[in-house]
Amino acid sequence: MTLAISPGRIRRRAPAPVSVVTAALLLAVVAAAAIAPGLLSPLDPLQANAADSLQAPGLAHPFGTDQSGRDVLARVIHGARYSLSVGLGATALGFVAGLLVGVVSGLAPRIVDSVLGRIIAIAMSFPEFLLALIVIAIIGPGQSSLVVALAIAAAPAYARVARSQTLLVRRSGFVRSARVLGVAPGAIILKHVVPNTLGPLLAMATIGVGTAIVSAAGLSFLGLGPAAPTPEWGVILSEGRNLLDRAWWVALFPGVVITATVISISVVGRFLRARHAGAVA
Amino acid sequence: MSADISLSVRNLRISIGGVELVRGIDLGVNAGECLAIVGQSGSGKTLTANALLGLHPGGASVSADEMIVAGSDATSFTERQWRSLRGRDVALVSQDALVALDPMRRVGSEVAEPIRIHERGVRGAQRDARVMQLLRDVAVPEPEVRARQYPHELSGGLRQRALIASALAGGPRLLIADEPTTALDATVQRQVLDLLDELRKTGIALVIVSHDLGLVARLADRVAVMRAGQIVETGPTKQVLNAPRHDYTRELLAAAPKPRAARAPATGAVVLEARDLSRTFQRPGSHATVAVDAVSLSLHEGRTIGVVGESGSGKSTLARLLIASDRPDSGDVLLDGEAWSALGERARRPLRGRIQLIEQSPFDAFDPRWTVQRVIGEAVALAGDPASARRARITQLLEQVGLDASLLPRHPHALSGGQRQRVAIARALARRPRILICDEPVSALDVSVQAQVLALLESLQRELGLSMVFISHDLAVIAQVSDGILVMKDGVVVEFGDAREVLARPAHEFTRELVRSLQSWSGGPATT
Repeated sequence: MTLAISPGRIRRRAPAPVSVVTAALLLAVVAAAAIAPGLLSPLDPLQANAADSLQAPGLAHPFGTDQSGRDVLARVIHGARYSLSVGLGATALGFVAGLLVGVVSGLAPRIVDSVLGRIIAIAMSFPEFLLALIVIAIIGPGQSSLVVALAIAAAPAYARVARSQTLLVRRSGFVRSARVLGVAPGAIILKHVVPNTLGPLLAMATIGVGTAIVSAAGLSFLGLGPAAPTPEWGVILSEGRNLLDRAWWVALFPGVVITATVISISVVGRFLRARHAGAVA
Repeated sequence: MSADISLSVRNLRISIGGVELVRGIDLGVNAGECLAIVGQSGSGKTLTANALLGLHPGGASVSADEMIVAGSDATSFTERQWRSLRGRDVALVSQDALVALDPMRRVGSEVAEPIRIHERGVRGAQRDARVMQLLRDVAVPEPEVRARQYPHELSGGLRQRALIASALAGGPRLLIADEPTTALDATVQRQVLDLLDELRKTGIALVIVSHDLGLVARLADRVAVMRAGQIVETGPTKQVLNAPRHDYTRELLAAAPKPRAARAPATGAVVLEARDLSRTFQRPGSHATVAVDAVSLSLHEGRTIGVVGESGSGKSTLARLLIASDRPDSGDVLLDGEAWSALGERARRPLRGRIQLIEQSPFDAFDPRWTVQRVIGEAVALAGDPASARRARITQLLEQVGLDASLLPRHPHALSGGQRQRVAIARALARRPRILICDEPVSALDVSVQAQVLALLESLQRELGLSMVFISHDLAVIAQVSDGILVMKDGVVVEFGDAREVLARPAHEFTRELVRSLQSWSGGPATT
């Protein structure tokens, strides 16, 4: 026996916890840096200045300067655009590709489904990072390669979830009802199957963006992303690697920013997912 | 003195989260007596039954001026004290044995559980012998075999018996049965009721919680009618059923299905015809099951054919074949005298509006993300109504099924069972069908809601001239709505004829059995 909540009652939502607010603020700053880096840092991230080489953090350079005398704060701020666009781009691409393959696999005749299923299983047997490395080894380094490689690495997981969700929805009563009602197959897929598949995939994607940002930084660190002077976070990190004993700040600040961004994404993602689940249940 | 009392409760109150759900009720049963608590879902009857075993949900606060259960004063029992009582002096038989029995445990071990807990001295061969005896007592055939099986390997009836056996294992003085037969087929229901009746004769006090007046009439000495947490009427069964004093009791009684009046013989055209339909399912690892075996029927315009049979008799497969969501292995379905089952789906789609389906579980029948407005709107758009007229059409459909337009922005999960079924009917009507296939449309609903939905379907049939195939396991419901009755057993039609003829002179043994169980329900209270 359950208690019915009276329909007229307005559901009052608890305010978001401090951790979520902090994470959201941090993401807002990162997003602002990606959209309009010039507003946050007037300095040119590429402007070398030998006289200022390896300055410790101070008033003039809050994050210090690197070996060529470039301002680390400016480089980190300008780098947000690269890192975020790679993370979001790769996730979006992987999401769409996975959704397509998964839904097709879930709806297609058994033979197609098993072929696609095997391919997904093989792809998933590689760790994501390794898979991305293999793809880059084939198509060569660069920023767009990074996006493609990370998308390919992420897609199988989305495809697998999309497939199982499609199989569930396909056998559900409301899809049968729609058929009996006379809804055409294409409309059933677009209006019922795909939207009901999206929920779990979106939940995965919130974590996926963070993973993609870390992987992108990792690949750039290895020199497989954008070329050296580009202020990408992984690139800055790798430049700072050899200077750790003399200038810790060059590697530390981009490292902290990457970590904070990824943690913030997952904190906010989890919170949104929990709120969404609560609203539906 | 209290040691002789099986059950005596005065002023029982249960509240959860500040809301009082059971509001001061008195109950009492003596040894060898049966008390029935009758009411609809939400009336607080299950909560009451659970509280009698100390099984109220966490967060519930229970208070009573007096609560004597199986001879013990349980008014201020702790959980520990309840545990020593439960399973020994008082036991529970719940509705769904598949849920109540541990799926990972063999039946024998489940039945032995109360002995293991309450009589540590009894073990080994002695305990096994007790289990066998218990299973024999509840008439489980081949107890040695059954004891080694898992619950899912037993039929619904056997599972319910096994559950009763485990309830009896501790030798209880008081047995509380919560909807003990609701999940069972009619004939099995009768057997389980007979078993409970025999138990009562051995001196066990019985409390039965049910929404089903037929069951109550058969078994109970006294009835307590419960509504919104209060007992509105109580008294000897005969008196309550024959001369109800409270309006709500009268309402419940009126809601119980009654056979339909005869109508003139069918003269209209045959709108739906099935010819020798067969459908076989091949399951991996087992032999093929013939779900529907050479079934023929013809439905005349404006008439209703009732299809009755037990679960697994092939009724739902027949429904799917008629609505063409499944293809027969052999045989044909003709719609308005033209090919229907033989068509490809593409050719069939334009005709789908003519024949619509209403299913048992309207919960699953709606996309959970959609509002009522969108659900009905989809069907209205398919019917080809111009976009400007759709809004009005949706409101009109809701009115037709007796729903308020204020429900439009709601999601299906925010509706009651009856409302959901009405939305399902509205959606089917949106396509302006001439034929409705109703597959157990009221089985998931309470009696009075059931009666409302049946009345709605009947008035819609009159207004719109609908023809219907009405499928149910419940002959009482079928008798109420049908002009013709088709009886199915194991995929075969064992009887097909005029409804009154079939009910008055059932030709097949199985039909006779069904009709007998019907009579004992609606033919007034059993003489006790």
